[in-house]
Amino acid sequence: MAGKEIAIIIVFYVTCGVVVISALIAVFARSVINAAFALFFTLCGMAGFYFLLSADFLAIVQIVVYAGGILVLLLFGILLTHRTLEELGIEKRTTYIAGTIAGLAFYLILIFIIAQGLWHQIPPKPMAPTTATIGRLLLTKYLLPFEISSVTLLAALIGSAYLVRRKEGK
Amino acid sequence: MTVGLIHYLIVAAILFVLGLIAIISRRNAVGVLIGVELVLNAANLNFVAFSRYAERGIEGQIFVIFIILLAACEVAVALAIVINLFANLGAIDVDRAGRMKR
Amino acid sequence: MLYDFANIVVFLVLTGVLVFGTLLVGRLVRTQKPTPEKNTIYECGEPPFGSSWVRYNIRFYNIALVFLIFDVEVVCLFPVILVLQHFKLISRTLMLVAVGEVAFFVVVLVIALIYAWHKGALDWLRAPESPYSVEESHNPE
Repeated sequence: MAGKEIAIIIVFYVTCGVVVISALIAVFARSVINAAFALFFTLCGMAGFYFLLSADFLAIVQIVVYAGGILVLLLFGILLTHRTLEELGIEKRTTYIAGTIAGLAFYLILIFIIAQGLWHQIPPKPMAPTTATIGRLLLTKYLLPFEISSVTLLAALIGSAYLVRRKEGK
Repeated sequence: MTVGLIHYLIVAAILFVLGLIAIISRRNAVGVLIGVELVLNAANLNFVAFSRYAERGIEGQIFVIFIILLAACEVAVALAIVINLFANLGAIDVDRAGRMKR
Repeated sequence: MLYDFANIVVFLVLTGVLVFGTLLVGRLVRTQKPTPEKNTIYECGEPPFGSSWVRYNIRFYNIALVFLIFDVEVVCLFPVILVLQHFKLISRTLMLVAVGEVAFFVVVLVIALIYAWHKGALDWLRAPESPYSVEESHNPE
């Protein structure tokens, strides 16, 4: 039992390090390409957190949709919108000063709130597969959002296919 | 010294703030989108952590599925807009996108 | 269930050790005598020219778009399919209702696919009169 606890703590902090360091690179990297590749490690680390939180289905969804779909689309977006290698996201650094100060102030507020809160925690239940429960809830209690989400996907596909339809650089 | 709710909340706060910094500071539109993804992931982590450690059952995970789905839609439409911005302006600098107002 | 995840962690660590260990051993063992010819990119014997950072064609974006939408659809359908068997055990009508709900979801997305197909988002080689751009990839050189 104690060994299991220690293993969980080690895995948590290793995942923490991967997520935070790669998110830092994703935010502060000069080149957008580097930022997108760092985002890949952040997303995979988030899947690790979901595994630790016994959300096994969500972890797979995170890898399949975020790392496999959204990130690929982001990379295509980067490669479709540059002219030369030099133009590929060499950014001025001046805007970062104000942004970092604002972010740090907001972070202090968040930490203050988290420290103040009396979080009512229950001892977590033993881990169990969640996929079937999620499927049952999607078909019963959350049926309307489930069906509406398909219409949203339809609208997004038609909208973006229409937007990129125009001749490039006309 | 076990890993609890607070730990996940702090990691989510760090991710949220990093995404916020990217949204504020990046001038490349795709960089702003990367910041939006970080913010959405922070919210997802909070949902999953609360669904495990608070007495709310599995419903937080359902929220996360819908958030991921909407994030996919958002990225598809936003990148289409970015590509159009590039076609019209020749750059994807969000500061220059203010020209659309006129 | 935690031990199933432990298997995944063991696989990840082993993969990392195998890949990076092999690279490290190769780096330690091999001799290094670089010449300008050896340092060029291998292009089947042709001398390479230009930058490899060409701008991609918009066609790739269309394909990725359709892929993403159906990626999400599969993710939504997967947990639903797992419970259909469970619904069948309760009652047959319930299962048919559930199949109808899933069918609505799929039909709406098939409409999206038909739209994209009709507008030519899936055609790799387009007819010249198509409103889509058939522009060749722009090379900065």
